[in-house]
Amino acid sequence: MSQQEVHMQIMWNRLISIVEEQALTLVRTAFSTSVREAGDLSAGVFDRSGRMIAQAVTGTPGHVNTMAAAVGHFITDIGTERICPGDVYLTNDPWKGTGHLHDITVTTPVFVNEKLIGFFANTAHVVDVGGRGYGPDAREVYEEGLRIPIMKWIDRGELNHDLVNIIRNNVREDDQVVGDIHGLAASNETGRRRLLDMLNEFALDDLDNLARFIFDRTRTATMTALAAVAPGTYANTMAVDGYDETVELVVELSVTDGGIHADFTGTSPLSAFGINVPITYAQAYFTYAMLVALAPELPNNFASLEPFTVSAPSGVILNAQHPDPVSVRHVIGHFVTDLCLGAIAPALPDTIPAEGSGALWNFQASARAVTPSPDRPPVELLMFNSGGAGARPTLDGLTATAFPSGVMTMSAEATEQVGPIIIWRKEIRPASAGDGEFRGGLGQIIEIGATDGYHLEFSAMFDRVDNPARGRNGGGDGAPGKVYLDDGTPFPTKGKKTVPAERRLVLELPGGGGFGNPQNRDPLAHANDVAQGYLAQPHENPEATA
Amino acid sequence: MAGPVRIGADVGGTFTDVVAELADGSFVSTKVLTTHQGPEQGILAGIEALAAEHTIAMADVEQIIHGTTLATNALIERRGAPTAFVTTKGFRDVIETRTEGRFEQYDLNIVLPTPLIERKDRFVIPERMNARGEVLIEFDQVAAHAVIESIAAGGYQAVAVGFLHSYRNASHERRFRELLLDTLPDVAVSMSAEVSPQMREFERFNTVCANAYVQPLMASYLKRLEAELQRRGATCPLYLIHSGGGLVSVDTAAAFPVRLVESGPAGGAIFAADLAARYGRDRVLSYDMGGTTAKIAIIEDHTPQTAKTFEVARTTRFKKGSGMPISIPVIEMIEIGAGGGSIASVDSLGQIRIGPHSAGSEPGPAAYDRGGSAPTVTDANVKLGRLHPDTFGATDISLSPELAADAIRAAIGQPLDMDDLTAAVGIAEVVDENMTNAARVHAVENGKNLSGFSMIAFGGGAPLHATRLMDKLGLEELLVPPLAGVGSAIGFLRAPFAYEAVRSLYTRIDDFDFDAVNTVLAELTNDAETFVRQGTDQDVVVEQHVSMRYKGQGWEIPVRLDGGRFDEFAAESLEGTFTKAYETFFGRAINDQPIEAVSWSVRVASVLAAPPRIEMASGQRTIKATSTREMYDPVAGRLVQAGVTTRNALNVGDIVAGPAIITEAQTTTVLGSHHVAVVQSDHALRISRSNQSNQDVTA
Repeated sequence: MSQQEVHMQIMWNRLISIVEEQALTLVRTAFSTSVREAGDLSAGVFDRSGRMIAQAVTGTPGHVNTMAAAVGHFITDIGTERICPGDVYLTNDPWKGTGHLHDITVTTPVFVNEKLIGFFANTAHVVDVGGRGYGPDAREVYEEGLRIPIMKWIDRGELNHDLVNIIRNNVREDDQVVGDIHGLAASNETGRRRLLDMLNEFALDDLDNLARFIFDRTRTATMTALAAVAPGTYANTMAVDGYDETVELVVELSVTDGGIHADFTGTSPLSAFGINVPITYAQAYFTYAMLVALAPELPNNFASLEPFTVSAPSGVILNAQHPDPVSVRHVIGHFVTDLCLGAIAPALPDTIPAEGSGALWNFQASARAVTPSPDRPPVELLMFNSGGAGARPTLDGLTATAFPSGVMTMSAEATEQVGPIIIWRKEIRPASAGDGEFRGGLGQIIEIGATDGYHLEFSAMFDRVDNPARGRNGGGDGAPGKVYLDDGTPFPTKGKKTVPAERRLVLELPGGGGFGNPQNRDPLAHANDVAQGYLAQPHENPEATA
Repeated sequence: MAGPVRIGADVGGTFTDVVAELADGSFVSTKVLTTHQGPEQGILAGIEALAAEHTIAMADVEQIIHGTTLATNALIERRGAPTAFVTTKGFRDVIETRTEGRFEQYDLNIVLPTPLIERKDRFVIPERMNARGEVLIEFDQVAAHAVIESIAAGGYQAVAVGFLHSYRNASHERRFRELLLDTLPDVAVSMSAEVSPQMREFERFNTVCANAYVQPLMASYLKRLEAELQRRGATCPLYLIHSGGGLVSVDTAAAFPVRLVESGPAGGAIFAADLAARYGRDRVLSYDMGGTTAKIAIIEDHTPQTAKTFEVARTTRFKKGSGMPISIPVIEMIEIGAGGGSIASVDSLGQIRIGPHSAGSEPGPAAYDRGGSAPTVTDANVKLGRLHPDTFGATDISLSPELAADAIRAAIGQPLDMDDLTAAVGIAEVVDENMTNAARVHAVENGKNLSGFSMIAFGGGAPLHATRLMDKLGLEELLVPPLAGVGSAIGFLRAPFAYEAVRSLYTRIDDFDFDAVNTVLAELTNDAETFVRQGTDQDVVVEQHVSMRYKGQGWEIPVRLDGGRFDEFAAESLEGTFTKAYETFFGRAINDQPIEAVSWSVRVASVLAAPPRIEMASGQRTIKATSTREMYDPVAGRLVQAGVTTRNALNVGDIVAGPAIITEAQTTTVLGSHHVAVVQSDHALRISRSNQSNQDVTA
């Protein structure tokens, strides 16, 4: 091996650093809560044929390969002969982008000496796209908001004012949305300039050799990692609550020498609500599951993603087609990871965790004045909350931690600054973990109410109430979730309902499943659980155990 | 030498550095091993050795300034006091559930940091404020007494108190402290509204817990040190350097020891800022590289950048999110696992990786022949001819090029089918690229563009790598100051008495609560000045800042205030100032979006005499090297014959042309073929690329 290879490695590192800068710039400027707190964004650099060479580490699994596939669509739809220096393109098409209208993908071509050498692309979740607003209630994607086909945002340096105008007139918070699109374009531009500097420093005219080196190296390492699983088929079925009826998720994984294919035949049919998943998004969470299980240290690029393919008959919930509603596709999409991990578990018994709470319990509400008045405008509230994760083969599950989502929660104090709500309680939910040699992660209890003459119009979308996270290898199931008012009145776990002004809503988030026979649990670990109050009865006052 | 002397003492993980500034302004220094059992022993030994060697009378010492990693280490190693945490009912687990996120997305076996105070030691009391500081639930005195009984029975030495929204109204925290001290007068109490009155409960609670946890240890250490210094004849006061880069009294440090975390690196940034002022450089990248990590900070207008929160005790590869957040004013820097002792390995992609594991000083790099067999950055530098047994600074270590080459061959060369030299080049290039990328990302995160920055390199490892970083970052100028190996301790002697008080107060510009803002700013100014007045009667300067953002954003940018009182009109001008600052950061402002102010800070600092401006020395004569040796030049891509020069033998105006190696006791400076150094009047090396003129860079 030669010094040339050392150079290649240095340039590979540099590319990863460049896309990281691209992503961080976005996080800093974004208005969207989910970009900022949840890293609901993605950034990457691509070769001239649209194959992803490097992707920022900052980002969410949901964009693992959705954005990677998007650039190919841009090249096809714009047409090679219309790709010019100074251009910037965008789309929010759920099937050509990342699965719902709220994600805007922006792509910028890079030219050297008038020759196209590659692209930068990034994706971010914007605050609004018009339509009914963010939620599952639309019956067709037309109701979910403005759909922008792949088109030019900037044409050879000229901003497309007509498009800006259309967007401004079709979304709420148009300054923020248009501001975020400018931010996406500017962050690509940062990447483009840094790439040109790098090419200059290393005296290169294009990315072809570097891309080939990166793909070769990655392909070899990915194939080595895949060899850990014996060829054959592995199947799994998992039931989750769904929106209006139980959703049965079914997968069959076919492992061959060349890759792993997931087929979702047998999965429940489409829902009438916007929880349907474009298959590109199901592929993202399947691929994520395979990468965490087999090759966690490999960087995402064309070669590490290529071996993972999917299929599903049309009409199943994991293969939504236009114009099916798909706004909150993450609710079912996030379960695809546990579904596929469960399938591969027999082949990797020392790696795969038990099931976890999976879907987030996002608190999404509109605070409305009980007596409408101009001094009390409506306030929209959004808070991300996580239940317990599944136990690992050698470790307890993570308490109140998101998986597979990369979300973080918001501070209660900061949330109370935003709107007329009080978070009365947000703490660990004892006795909610699945038992086992290694126990699941604990869920949490949240108690929340309106204040200042407001009540809460609540949009509920809580899963794992009827279908708890299952244990693995003899471990127990995690506790199912519960939703009720503080006077004990049951509260629906799905749909829109008002929390009366004088009442508080109580959410008991599900726990993660346990791993292994509980009788094998280390007595010291059990004693510690007792000492810390992790096993106390749910309604025991915390101070009684303190 | 008779006359007033000032002493700076920096206790680090491996070495304790002691420097003395003598009456004529010159410095003498010594390095002794850190004594972990009783850290004051190392300092005292260092001071005694220095005093004996340079005939310094302890009575002539007029100031001793101390910085220490003791508080940091106690947090990392969990060696604090048995501590209880008392909080609002319903929020017992805030420091355990953290952000609910995973700092590493692809690791199924991720382990999150365990809370500093376990759940069984966390107690709750019914009470509640709202975001405006109004009482929603009265403080429950009966429950408080029950908790105090549990604390008494539990034998806790320290208690942290953190209630929701106490940054707006601290009365309940105060009530609890009074009740607690009535019953248990000897327990150490820390209140979140005093330690860190900033919004966001996870960060604030964690900060108050950290403060309480290390407080008994730090208070007793500081008192012991003070007494021992007096016993040795010192009559002068002892001061501590804090993480924000200012001096505080022993009393303040003992009450708020969490402010001492990261004080050593802060000294390094002040050292660089002082040099930037002497050279009139307004935009400087400070680069400090030691045995385990490299630290990079941005210094503009001779002032290091500061932040209001940072993370200590990162458990996983220095990764963001893997440590514990501490919300106090701090000099902002990025720290990565790239030091002389950082170990090189090959990953599953056949790529060379450096760190974060370090061979430290024990067993040390393979070349040290102390049992280390893994190749380190230092071993690569030996193989590349940059370090050599004959000129290696440390007298008690003999370098073995053979052992260095063996280690590189076994771990890198053989798996990758590379010859020894190529493997060593790979290690050096990767670590240099890592540091370069960290510097770039740090700049982006702070809205800066590094072009036009000068670099100042110090710490034992930085001068070996600095010219390469300078090239990779496209910088035009590099300064390697004298005494670079003890830069932090010298920085201590350049620090003002300073204290920054920060408090959250949320208000919108279009509904500006100027009475509340005026009150908060007056209180913060008073608080900060009180702390500063414990150390000095000198004139002080007051700086006020507010953190602002557009509504809906989660990241604030600092906006400097003019210091006047607010009225309706001031709020309007604040909007203009913010818009301008935002444009500077992000290139464009947002129209018609409401603007919010989140937290307010006041820094009071003693006014220091401006350091003397250094006249740029131009090159007079090119020095002929005393000898030459083979060294790898990454730009030429091959071994070249480099001149070897002893730094002590250089005089003002001397020119050293690359390729060259300039050796001194604590470090080695490397010049590539295209670099040239000119010795300045303070004996700093000013390095540029030889294709630029040496005289054309003006301040």
